Amino acid sequence: MTESIPHTTTPTLHAQGVSRRYGQHWAVHSLDLALYPGEIVGLLGPNGAGKSSILQMLSGNLAPTTGSVHIHGYSLIDQAQLAKTHLGYLPQTPPLYPELSALDYLRFVAKLHRIPRTHQAAAVSSVIERCGLANVQKRLIAHLSKGYQQRLGIAQAIIHDPQVIILDEPTVGLDPNQIVEIRALIMTLGKDRSVLLSSHILPDIEALCQRAYIMHLGRLVFSGQLPEKNSSSTANSLGQLFADLTQTSEDKATLQTTTEAHQ
Amino acid sequence: MILTIARKELRTLFNSPLAWFILSAVTLCLGFSFLQRLDDYLQMQAKLLQLANPPGVTELVAAPTVALAAAVFLFAVPLLAMRMLAEERRQQTLTLLLSAPVSITEIVLGKFCGLMMMLLFIVAIVISMPIMIMGTTPLDWGLLASMATALILLGAGFAAISLYASSLTRQPIVAALLGFGMILIMLLAGETLGDNLDQYGWPYLAALVQVFSPLLNFEPLGKGLIDSYAISCGLLLMTLFLILTIRELDRQRLRG
Repeated sequence: MTESIPHTTTPTLHAQGVSRRYGQHWAVHSLDLALYPGEIVGLLGPNGAGKSSILQMLSGNLAPTTGSVHIHGYSLIDQAQLAKTHLGYLPQTPPLYPELSALDYLRFVAKLHRIPRTHQAAAVSSVIERCGLANVQKRLIAHLSKGYQQRLGIAQAIIHDPQVIILDEPTVGLDPNQIVEIRALIMTLGKDRSVLLSSHILPDIEALCQRAYIMHLGRLVFSGQLPEKNSSSTANSLGQLFADLTQTSEDKATLQTTTEAHQ
Repeated sequence: MILTIARKELRTLFNSPLAWFILSAVTLCLGFSFLQRLDDYLQMQAKLLQLANPPGVTELVAAPTVALAAAVFLFAVPLLAMRMLAEERRQQTLTLLLSAPVSITEIVLGKFCGLMMMLLFIVAIVISMPIMIMGTTPLDWGLLASMATALILLGAGFAAISLYASSLTRQPIVAALLGFGMILIMLLAGETLGDNLDQYGWPYLAALVQVFSPLLNFEPLGKGLIDSYAISCGLLLMTLFLILTIRELDRQRLRG
C-alpha cells in the first residue's frame, strides 16, 4: 500500500472508522478517508464494494453504524446543518424534479443551500454559464436530454461553492465533447476545493486524480498516489492495479477461460 | 426554509394536471350542490317565514356545502399528498433535501405547509360561494368563519395523516390508498369506539379516543360552536402525525 504525501493542512472531509451494517452484513467496514483542499481524489471499486453506501454516509443520507464524518471541521451528526453548508453532492441518479424548469430548479436549490438572497441570482447565472446550461434553462427538466440532466446535476452540487464536492459517476451519459468539458470543470473545481470522484471510468480517474482509494468488499484495499500514467510497460497501469486488487482468483480464472473461448 | 419547500411543493402541484383536476372537480361538485340547496331554500322560504325563529341561509345553504366539502377532502387530500414523499424516494430526489443544510423537520413542515396552502385555496372556493350571495341576503359571518376554521382543521388532520402515509411507501398510489384507508378507519371507528367506551363507563378513555376521530372534532365548529376540546384534539391529531412522519424519515436515514 503506497503512503500518501503528508499534508500540513487539516482535511476538509474526514471520515474516521466509518462502518455500516445491514442486518448481519457489513457493507462498509471501518473505513478511514481524508480529503484536503486543492485535490481531486478518486474512489474506485467493483459493483457491490460499498461505494454508494460510503458516499451516502459522507453526504448525510445514511447514518453510519459506527464512526464519524467531519466536513470542514463540523460533525455531520452533531452539527449536520453547518457541515452540509460546505457540501455539494451529486448522487448516481441526479436528484432532479422533472416537473420544474432548469432555471426554477436551480433557484430552488440556491435557496435550499441558504445562499444569501442578494447573491442567489448571481449564483444561479454563474452556475448556468459554468455548466453550459444557458440554452436549456427555460425547458422542463423532463424534456432535457440525459447529458443536460447530468450537467444540471453537477450544477446543483456546485451552485453554493462548497468546500467539499462529492461526485458519483459525473460523466455517465455524456458524449465525448461533454466529457472533456466536464473534466475541465472538475479540474477547475479541484484547484481550491476538495473533490471526491467515484467512477467506473478509469480514464476519468487517471485524467483527473492525483490520489485514489480503491474499495473491495466493504474495505479499503488501496489508498495513495496513482501509478504514473505513461509508465510504458503496462498500457493501463491503473486498470491493472484495480484488477489485481479487486478480482478474486475465481474471477480471474473465469475471465481467462472466457477470453480463451473467444480466441 | 419551510416556506421555500412549501412554495416548491405548491408549484409542483400546479404543474401537474392532478391539482387542476381536483380543483375543477371540487368546484363543480360543490357549486352544483350549493345551487341545489339555494333552490330548495327559495322554495321553502314561504314556509320558513311562518316559523318563530327560522334558520338562516348560512345554516341551510352554506352548512351542507361545507359538510360536502369535508367529505370531498377525504378523497382529495390523500390524492394531493400522495406524491410528496413517496415520489421523492422513488425518483431519489430526497437526496437533494437530505444533503442540503435542511433538517428533516423543516422538510416535513415545508411539505405540510405546501399542502395546506392548496387546501386553503379549496376552502376559499367553498366559502366564496355563500359570500357571492351576500348582496341579496344577510349572512351569519360568525358561523361562516367557524365553518371555514372547521374545514381547515379537518384538512390539516387529513394532510398530516396523508403525508405520513406518503412517507411509508415509494408508490404514490399506494400512499393515497393508505392515507384514504387510515382516515376512513378513523372516521368510522373513532366515533363508535368513543361511544362504546363512554357507555362502558370509561369517559376519560373515550375523551382520549376523540383525538382519532376527525369528524367528531369537526362537528362542533361546523355548527358554529367553539369547543376548545374538539379543537385541541384536532390539533393534537395533526401534530401527532407530523411527528410520526418526521420520525419515519429519520428512521429511513438510520436504516438505509
